[in-house]
Amino acid sequence: MAEAVAGHPRFEMIGVRKAFGATTALDGVDLAVRPGEVCALVGQNGAGKSTLMGILAGALQPDAGKMTLDGAPYAPKNPLEARRAGVAMIYQELSLAPHLSVMENIALGVEPARFGFVDRARVRKTAVDALAELGHPEIAPEARVGGLSPAAQQLVEIARALAMQCRVLVFDEPTSSLGYEDVKKLFELIARLKQQGHAIAYISHFLEEVKQVSDRFVVLRDGRNVGQGETRATATAEIVSLMVGRALDELYPHSARTRGEPVLEVEHLTLHRGEVLGIAGLLGAGRTRLLRRLFGLEPGPLTPRQRWQQGMGMLSEDRTGEGLALGLSIADNITLTKLRDLGPGFFVVPSRQAAATERWIDSLAIRAAGPWQSIAFLSGGNQQKVAFARLLHHDVDVLLLDEPTRGIDVGSKAQIYRLMDQLVSRQKAVLLVSSYFPELLGLCDRIAVMSRGRLGEARPAAEWTEHALVMEASGARAS
Amino acid sequence: MKAPRVSEAGVLGGLVLVATLFAILIGPQFLRAANLELMARQTAIVCVAALGMTMVIVAGGIDLSVGSVIALATVVTALLLRSAVDPLFAALGAVAAGAACGALNGVLITGLRVVPFIVTLGTMLLVRGAAKGLSDERRIEAPITWLNELLRSVRGGNGLLLPWGIWLAAALAIAVAITLQYTRFGRHLFAIGSNERTARLSGVRVERSKISVYTIAGALAGLAGVLQLSQLSVGDPTAAIGLELDVIAAVIIGGGSLAGGKGTVLGTVAGAGIMTVIQVGCSQQGLPNWVQQIVTGTIIVFAVALDRVRSRH
Repeated sequence: MAEAVAGHPRFEMIGVRKAFGATTALDGVDLAVRPGEVCALVGQNGAGKSTLMGILAGALQPDAGKMTLDGAPYAPKNPLEARRAGVAMIYQELSLAPHLSVMENIALGVEPARFGFVDRARVRKTAVDALAELGHPEIAPEARVGGLSPAAQQLVEIARALAMQCRVLVFDEPTSSLGYEDVKKLFELIARLKQQGHAIAYISHFLEEVKQVSDRFVVLRDGRNVGQGETRATATAEIVSLMVGRALDELYPHSARTRGEPVLEVEHLTLHRGEVLGIAGLLGAGRTRLLRRLFGLEPGPLTPRQRWQQGMGMLSEDRTGEGLALGLSIADNITLTKLRDLGPGFFVVPSRQAAATERWIDSLAIRAAGPWQSIAFLSGGNQQKVAFARLLHHDVDVLLLDEPTRGIDVGSKAQIYRLMDQLVSRQKAVLLVSSYFPELLGLCDRIAVMSRGRLGEARPAAEWTEHALVMEASGARAS
Repeated sequence: MKAPRVSEAGVLGGLVLVATLFAILIGPQFLRAANLELMARQTAIVCVAALGMTMVIVAGGIDLSVGSVIALATVVTALLLRSAVDPLFAALGAVAAGAACGALNGVLITGLRVVPFIVTLGTMLLVRGAAKGLSDERRIEAPITWLNELLRSVRGGNGLLLPWGIWLAAALAIAVAITLQYTRFGRHLFAIGSNERTARLSGVRVERSKISVYTIAGALAGLAGVLQLSQLSVGDPTAAIGLELDVIAAVIIGGGSLAGGKGTVLGTVAGAGIMTVIQVGCSQQGLPNWVQQIVTGTIIVFAVALDRVRSRH
């Protein structure tokens, strides 16, 4: 291992910028981690943590900024180049080949070979050495990775990084698929890696973990550095304040609402007409599963078809994977749930489909060439308006909205907020799931927090602060 | 307002192009009525089966069992005719047998959650075996009935211009085209093929639609089998081996996408037409079979490549 002078950073990122289309994800972020240091990167969803680490690990290219590794310029073009330079990312979703063995995975991409034939003995030795270095010699190099537990798979992934002589390890939400015991072991391992002189960047939503595992923390908000400090010397509440930062802006319309009759039971909560009920929680807290079960997309009492017939509609969090059929036109996407009214008997009359669609294109200001334009060529915001228009066209009474504004531009966001406000003032009911808390506080009448699969009590939005939501959602209160 | 879905202009242009090419090579007699009728008669069987395949491919599936279903249908028809069943009911029996095979495909695909390619690869063998078992691995002589008139040339004529079988195929093509473009079922198939998760989210009964579409495709393959019998006048368990590939090729040349969500009847019919024109043209030009196969193969690849270029703006 290259000896770096204590105090000098192992890697340094200066003024890193990255934009995706019109959205600025990183606006000049700095980050430096010394050898033998664990630095936690914290911030709310969308703060830019994953983008920053993606750039460090070579998965993304920065628009501007400088990176150095042990003082030398560092600009990886892809993850393999980054690995070869000594930077490895341990991903949230594991990136192993499940059908290959442990040792094949560890050597993947850098197989030692002689005359073009893989040298199995050396592959095996590399794997055994790396697993021993991790303190987990019990993992058999011949085992098929798909058959291992999530914790063991993660170890294989770490072993893979060590086998490549990586000196910088990035952990992105490493505990999300681990049980309590495995989390404890992982932290012990991180402590050992630290002593060996690795520089470790650690991303987590869970502040109690951050407190436990890191030496230092860096807070990002809206793609900027907003604070940093010694973890030990800083109170959790202080970190939360840095993450939350600003006051609520005027983006969120909230007209006078009257709560009507109950329309839906969600576990112990009741959704009423004329209100927006929010479910706050971090990614992976179980909110999406809750909604999908409710709507019948996962085995439940009713099918999605029956839900639509009851007057309930759902907006998927996965806009391009599930929410919309990208190969089809705007008209086909909007009218899919309610083709029955667009022609006699079994028939669908295209002109009526088009007329219905044009109404929504106009009233939602969807930028498109016309109702038959393929949806694939619309911007994210316009696509989301089309997905929303499906619920409006069906004229549902109950709207289940899963992250309705994720990844869309501010203009479209504001429009979707206005729509939601109008809908509830017309006595519709909205169940809003979001990991963007300002939005929940601005729009909801009541909010409940979901954390690690458990849904808490709903309290009036006025009784919540962003600070309290973050505390509760990240489990900081429970610890 | 017309809904511009997939542009068939390209494949129709291709059909005109190859026809013109052979008319220049062979002479104007290539496009005379008698020759056109011959080509229509040659296309009919593939065409009827390809109507069902178009629907299946639009819904994101594939059906490799059609060749076997056609063979089974010829056997079933011949057996029924031999037991003195009315020809109409013999034909309907074959269609029913085809529908049953299709329903089996659909139920296996949705019930076992095995991909259509594998399921229909299995039923391709399974149905072929059933046809052979049913016929004792022999050709089954069937009495001559009006079924044999279905694809017989009407030159010198009956005032119909084209044989009955061609009119039947044309009527079915129109029915399938309308179903795909202008019915709820058809729009649901496009949605399933384009993004099955979206279809499910939107309350489309995905499983039911899939079983229906495979059943319809099976029934159409059964009918193609009746047309096949009318040409062969025997029930032949080894008929139509490999025909599923011609059927799939017709759909693909016609703009269908194996990824689903794309395909039109007009395109498919034109695609089947292109393959027949090449086949007939090559043989009338005196070109050997291998040339014809090379040309067809080339066209399949380039038709799809061209379609990709056109759909990228």
